[in-house]
Amino acid sequence: MIAFLIRRLIGAVLVLIAVSFITYLIFIKIPGGDPATRIAGRTATDQNIADIREKLRLNDPFYEQYWAMMKSLFSGSLVSYSSQLNVVDQIKSGIPATFSLCIGAAIIWLFFGILVGVIAAMTAGRWPDTAITILALIGISMPVFWLGIIARYFFAQGHPFAFLPDGGYVPFTDNPWQWFTHLLMPWWVLAILFIGFYGRVLRSNILDTINEDYVRTAKAKGLPQKRVMVKHVLRNSLIPIVTLFGLDFAAVIGGAAILTETVFDLKGVGWYAAQAVQTLDLPPIIGVTIYATFFIVLFSVLVDVAYAYLDPRIRPT
Amino acid sequence: MATDSTSDFTLDPAALLAAEEEGPIEGKSPWYLAWRRLRRNYVALGFLLLFVTILVLCLCAPLYANHVAHTGPNTGHLGETFTRDGKQVQVVSKGGFVNGQFHAGGIPVGPQLWHAGGRYVFGADNQGRDVAVRLLYGGLNSLAVGIGSAIICMFFAIVLALLSGYFGGATDWTISRFFDLIWAFPVLLLAIALGTALSINGFHHFGINIQSGSLWIPILVISFVLIPYVGRPLRGQILSLREKEFIEAATSQGASSWRVMFSELLPNIASSILVFFMLIIASNILTEAGLSFLGAGVQPPNASWGTMIADGEDRIATAPWLAIIPGIMIVLTVLSLNVFGDGLRDALDPRAKVRMDRR
Repeated sequence: MIAFLIRRLIGAVLVLIAVSFITYLIFIKIPGGDPATRIAGRTATDQNIADIREKLRLNDPFYEQYWAMMKSLFSGSLVSYSSQLNVVDQIKSGIPATFSLCIGAAIIWLFFGILVGVIAAMTAGRWPDTAITILALIGISMPVFWLGIIARYFFAQGHPFAFLPDGGYVPFTDNPWQWFTHLLMPWWVLAILFIGFYGRVLRSNILDTINEDYVRTAKAKGLPQKRVMVKHVLRNSLIPIVTLFGLDFAAVIGGAAILTETVFDLKGVGWYAAQAVQTLDLPPIIGVTIYATFFIVLFSVLVDVAYAYLDPRIRPT
Repeated sequence: MATDSTSDFTLDPAALLAAEEEGPIEGKSPWYLAWRRLRRNYVALGFLLLFVTILVLCLCAPLYANHVAHTGPNTGHLGETFTRDGKQVQVVSKGGFVNGQFHAGGIPVGPQLWHAGGRYVFGADNQGRDVAVRLLYGGLNSLAVGIGSAIICMFFAIVLALLSGYFGGATDWTISRFFDLIWAFPVLLLAIALGTALSINGFHHFGINIQSGSLWIPILVISFVLIPYVGRPLRGQILSLREKEFIEAATSQGASSWRVMFSELLPNIASSILVFFMLIIASNILTEAGLSFLGAGVQPPNASWGTMIADGEDRIATAPWLAIIPGIMIVLTVLSLNVFGDGLRDALDPRAKVRMDRR
């Protein structure tokens, strides 16, 4: 187990290095032309461009440029090209909004996803199952930003019943009630896709598990139906959900909430990345990408550990 | 064991299946059996019809633009008027005082349906462009990106999975690490970064020249970032197929690696490929919409359903149809593909079908 963890951690560090390097190449090499002219903007003088080239060390070989950028990122001194603000500080200031959004949405989608999946499986083939299946399919077919725009139109912008504040983020420490009402719409909008998805996965998992021999044995030895369902069927059907949840949660924390944050004007990490991409501001993009990859890699290790704990058959030796 | 609790015990799986299949299965190809199952799934077929209808409508975009709406997808009609039931109406309102009442300017005309003789059926946008025409051309772009990137993504995923699963060893290690790497990337962030970087000057490396506004940019970006999502499960299937007797038989008869990969392994994953293909088109259309919404996908003035929603977002209070209608088109298209994909999977994988029916 220890060896497995160490191997995974070394792999994680290598992935982080590779990801940051690829991001660097995407922004410096792909667009072609002179990065300095692009960064300086339309009204730049030759002197401006020369300064930028000097500052970004564009005259050095690219691996030295990359190394310099990584050093300044991890020492916390990396600043954005366009706004000159410190990247690490900006990411830190976006974390409360992103985490509030993602954790709240995760609680909603996990709770309702499991609820919906269990109801659908219990009533398989009857009308509640059909209704849930249809709604879940519609849920996974909607673009999340479109749902956000529609939700804002109906619930926040004076149309039929506007009772929620329209966009923005209020820190929990400032006003917990305002924090809650501002996040209510984003939570649900982000969660709906996952509710549909988890509901469908759990439904088919449960229907698979019910046909297993050990469930028949449990029934045959006379255990009450409820106990069989909870202890034998549900518990085993939830194992794949643990994997899904770990990876999805990491993805959402690491930038998949970018669309929701943009629509609702929540100034989180994803929103910061979206702004930086618009102006082709390399340092924030590298910073956010490494931040996001960190969570994705961390959670994939956590998922493996949780999986080994839940299912002894796949425990690494 | 695929026995029903009410059915009699039998040792003849073919007879059991035949009873479930409502017809003999001997001598029938798996494709015929799948088609027979699919034929009875009216919901899946209905949604396939919906998807084909949307596809055909979008393909008819030039016909509609030239012969019904008489305007192009990117032609603005600011300051112009049109005839509605014999009256002249501003395409985009000028604003000012009418009968002593103030009217805000710049509000485009709403859906006219059939009242304006085929013009502005779904209204106009803030530049006076015909929304219905843009919706069809936008659909053409969205579907082109969705289907195009699905084809490219599937092609590379299949080739990589075949090489990785068949050869194993160093090949497998390299390809698996490549999958891991893209997998570890935050997908949307990677797609946005690539999309933005490519849309500045286009792509001019390795003798490939792609202009900055080209539709190829979102197609290639989306297909690239989704390769591991298809490649990984396919590799897993090939790893288990490779150990089967028929591969051993082929190899011992002196079949070359290529022959084993393409005429033994490939046909055995064909049904998975087909199902993945349907579902990945659906997911690509959603990704394209997200990218275009953030400005990293289809570039203006070209329309796509995602860019139309982005254009409509600012106008949601005065002209809600601008954002709502393209969104409904996305939902219908993606929903039809998802439902048909599910039906196809049930038809191709009888075990899944058996499982669905049982409690």
